[in-house]
Amino acid sequence: MLHDIWFLLIAVLWIGYFVLEGFDFGLGILLPFLGRNDKERRVLINAIGPVWDGNEVWVLVAGGATFAAFPHWYATLFSGFYLALFLILVALIIRGVAFEYRSKRDNPTWRLAWDWAIFIGSAVPALLWGVAFGNIVGGVPIDANKEFTGNLLTLLNPYGLLAGVVTFSLFVTHGAAYIALKTEGDIRARANRVFLGAGLVAAVAAVVFLGWTQASSFIPGSAAVSVLAALALVGALGANLLKREGWAFIGSAATIGLAVVALFLHLYPNVMPSSTNPAFSLTVSNASSTDLTLQIMTVVAVVFTPIVLLYQGWTYWIFRKRVSAARIPDGAN
Amino acid sequence: MDALDLARWQFGITTVYHFLFVPLTISLTFIVAGFQTAWFRTGNDKYLKATRFYGELMLINFAMGVVTGIVQEFQFGMNWSDYSRYVGDIFGAPLAIEGLLAFFLESTFLGLWIFGWDKLSKKLHLATIWIVAVGTAISAYIILAANAWMQQPVGSTINQAAGRAELKDFPAVLTNPTVLFAFPHVIAGAFMTGGAFVLAVAVWRLVKRPDEDHAPFRTAAKVGAVALLVGGLFVVASGDQLGKHIGVDQPMKLAAAENLRTTQTGAPFSVVTLWGPDGKQIFSLEIPDVLSILATNNPNGTVQGIDNLQAQYVAQYGAGDYTPVVPVTFWSFRLMIGAGTLAAFAALWFLWRMRRGRAPGRGAIAIAVLLPFLPLAANSFAWIFTEMGRQPWIVYGQQLTSQGVSPSVGTLEVLITVVGFTVLYGGLAVIEMGLLLKKIKGEVPGTAAAAGADSDDKPMTFAY
Ligand code: HDD
Ligand code: HEM
Ligand code: HEM
Repeated sequence: MLHDIWFLLIAVLWIGYFVLEGFDFGLGILLPFLGRNDKERRVLINAIGPVWDGNEVWVLVAGGATFAAFPHWYATLFSGFYLALFLILVALIIRGVAFEYRSKRDNPTWRLAWDWAIFIGSAVPALLWGVAFGNIVGGVPIDANKEFTGNLLTLLNPYGLLAGVVTFSLFVTHGAAYIALKTEGDIRARANRVFLGAGLVAAVAAVVFLGWTQASSFIPGSAAVSVLAALALVGALGANLLKREGWAFIGSAATIGLAVVALFLHLYPNVMPSSTNPAFSLTVSNASSTDLTLQIMTVVAVVFTPIVLLYQGWTYWIFRKRVSAARIPDGAN
Repeated sequence: MDALDLARWQFGITTVYHFLFVPLTISLTFIVAGFQTAWFRTGNDKYLKATRFYGELMLINFAMGVVTGIVQEFQFGMNWSDYSRYVGDIFGAPLAIEGLLAFFLESTFLGLWIFGWDKLSKKLHLATIWIVAVGTAISAYIILAANAWMQQPVGSTINQAAGRAELKDFPAVLTNPTVLFAFPHVIAGAFMTGGAFVLAVAVWRLVKRPDEDHAPFRTAAKVGAVALLVGGLFVVASGDQLGKHIGVDQPMKLAAAENLRTTQTGAPFSVVTLWGPDGKQIFSLEIPDVLSILATNNPNGTVQGIDNLQAQYVAQYGAGDYTPVVPVTFWSFRLMIGAGTLAAFAALWFLWRMRRGRAPGRGAIAIAVLLPFLPLAANSFAWIFTEMGRQPWIVYGQQLTSQGVSPSVGTLEVLITVVGFTVLYGGLAVIEMGLLLKKIKGEVPGTAAAAGADSDDKPMTFAY
């Protein structure tokens, strides 16, 4: 019972992470292409400047909560997906440093280098988180001791890679929606065009991926939510055509959130199915902590998650104004 | 070297590296919050200048603390999966709670502080930096509680069938005697680090920038020196307590710190001991009775020795080597104390030199440049002592470090990540030192924009 609640809460944390950090990644990927000069790139980065770090904490809490609630899931997943996770960590490190350091020197080469660091630091996790989730849902070789027996190449199978394409294109779409909502002038117009293109790619990839998932084993609840996710994306594309930027953003956010729900519903009651032998699969019951730990964690989560949502929401309200090139100070840092 | 050794090196390198930034972040956020409060109260421009100047240095450091922390969160699962399976029921909760309570607070309110100069009222803006500072302290407490459980596993039982330790009493885990002793010690050590940094930078500006407004830096020098000095006093007081506590709780660590071979009453304190390359002791300078006084407050107190403890542990846990690497524990302990004490004396020296408006003088530069490295070194040696002194245990008395490593991760994989992180961290160290030096030498950031409300056509105060 409690471990089911924790399965749900972990899903909530990943939804929070992908919906919020999703547009940070998308914006980072689009940075060198949408920002045609230094000032435009500053506009883009400033659009997420006050919030990106808070968004990133969602994954730290997701990791910590997995450790606390499902130690075996944490242990098998991160030791198993070792090199993939290493690449994600390196990417997140250079991305974080890049945001903070890019304008600390008045030197175009320095800035350009950091702009590409932001691109790589965003593109790699956008792709690899998808690959990781695709493999979690699709199943990987796990032996009777709950140990992963594959290697990096095991993860690079067609289904996993397709999942990577889905997250990558969805995050680009979502990032474009965010940029359109938060900037003015040329960049805003360009972002709206990118949204349409990226959204169409994402729609095709997501429909194929979610269809493949259901075809491999049909779970009605998960299938229903998949359909909702697809509808949300179609709605977002429609909103974009009607120039309703707010609705387009809500649509791409909903798509990401619903897609995570569909995957978790498909996973349940497993947390990491074994492709070696279904009897070796990690499940919510054989991977979880004791009830006492789960109880304590539940109380903490129920009290503090709403508080976090409140002050993070307040931050977005404080910085609700659009960022424009006209207000970026000359030569400032 | 096998995967275990590499994983140990990896943990040591990445954690010590993380902890180069952590103490500076903790103390600098409090000191900057203090400057900003003084400005808020008095309206005196020198405090605003100090806030902006040191705030910028704090941010450069904070960024490194954040990105190196991300690695910490995941590396238990990556390199220490059997450890994670064993301790998850107890150890995972503080880690998750730290994120929920502290990291969200720190990162969200730091964003508000950086970008909020002209968006928030002065009072609210001041509150944001205080919230960040409190967040760093909460984070320190919770992670130290987690670490303390590995030093002293309280509030739990061992479930042999499930192959893990299980939580019985969470409040006991959060009020572990080890964390109650360690937290004041670590925070005091952090203030020594930040104090030395603030002082050193201020002295440099006072000497090298004779034409600029000296008021902010005279104040900063004083604040830094006092933080260093008071931090030093607290570090000694709390360190003494901590030492007595480990004498009871981890007698082997204390014996190894002192190279005390046999159990003795009136045990001597060894000031210096030298070992040959074969590990044989060559020389030792000892003061009689002092160790007994330090460990038990009594010159005739009994202190247990390494050889006796080793024999006792073999009887208790079965055959094996339960002795940490003595030269490492011995010297890291002394270097912690030595480097820290030296820094505290430097604070006294600066306070005396700069008494009643005197200039520090050109000769002070060399000392100022070296000063911040002393507490930094003390912190690193301290962790090396604390963690190496616990060896061969990863969870004291319950799990050996060799039992905690990930079975599914190969030597090559660990090698790739050790080399990868080391190269990346080395590069980042060069970049961050370069930036710090540039900002230390550069102009004090503008203060005009800090006043007044936002309007649509006014340039932003802060832009990346
Ligand atoms: C005594 C204090 C202390 C100690 C021993 C550690 N940390 Fe730390 N950590 C902090 C004090 C801190 C901090 C002061 O709160 C930091 C430094 C810079 C910052 O942003 O927060 C931080 C940052 C930080 C972050 C990034 C948070 C963010 O994005 O805002 C993570 C994930 C961790 N740490 C995790 C760890 C883990 C798993 C540790 C154990 C091995 C660890 N830290 C040791
Ligand atoms: C909180 C959870 C922690 C865990 C699970 C943990 C675990 C470990 C492990 C497995 C090792 C390798 C064993 C060895 O090399 O001897 C190690 C070493 C080390 N740890 Fe910890 N540690 C923790 C916290 C910390 C913290 C907070 C610090 C300091 C900031 C720290 C500092 C060190 C140092 C300096 C070493 C180096 C010793 C060496 O290289 O062998 N540890 N720790
Ligand atoms: C007279 C001076 C000092 C004494 C007697 C002392 C004593 C101790 C002792 C006994 C420990 C080991 C605790 C354990 O294993 O749990 C320790 C750990 C530590 N010390 Fe010190 N220390 C002194 C100075 C310093 C200084 C100057 C700093 C830093 C500026 C420092 C930073 C630390 C840190 C970070 C730890 C690891 C924290 C922990 O154990 O959880 N110490 N100290």
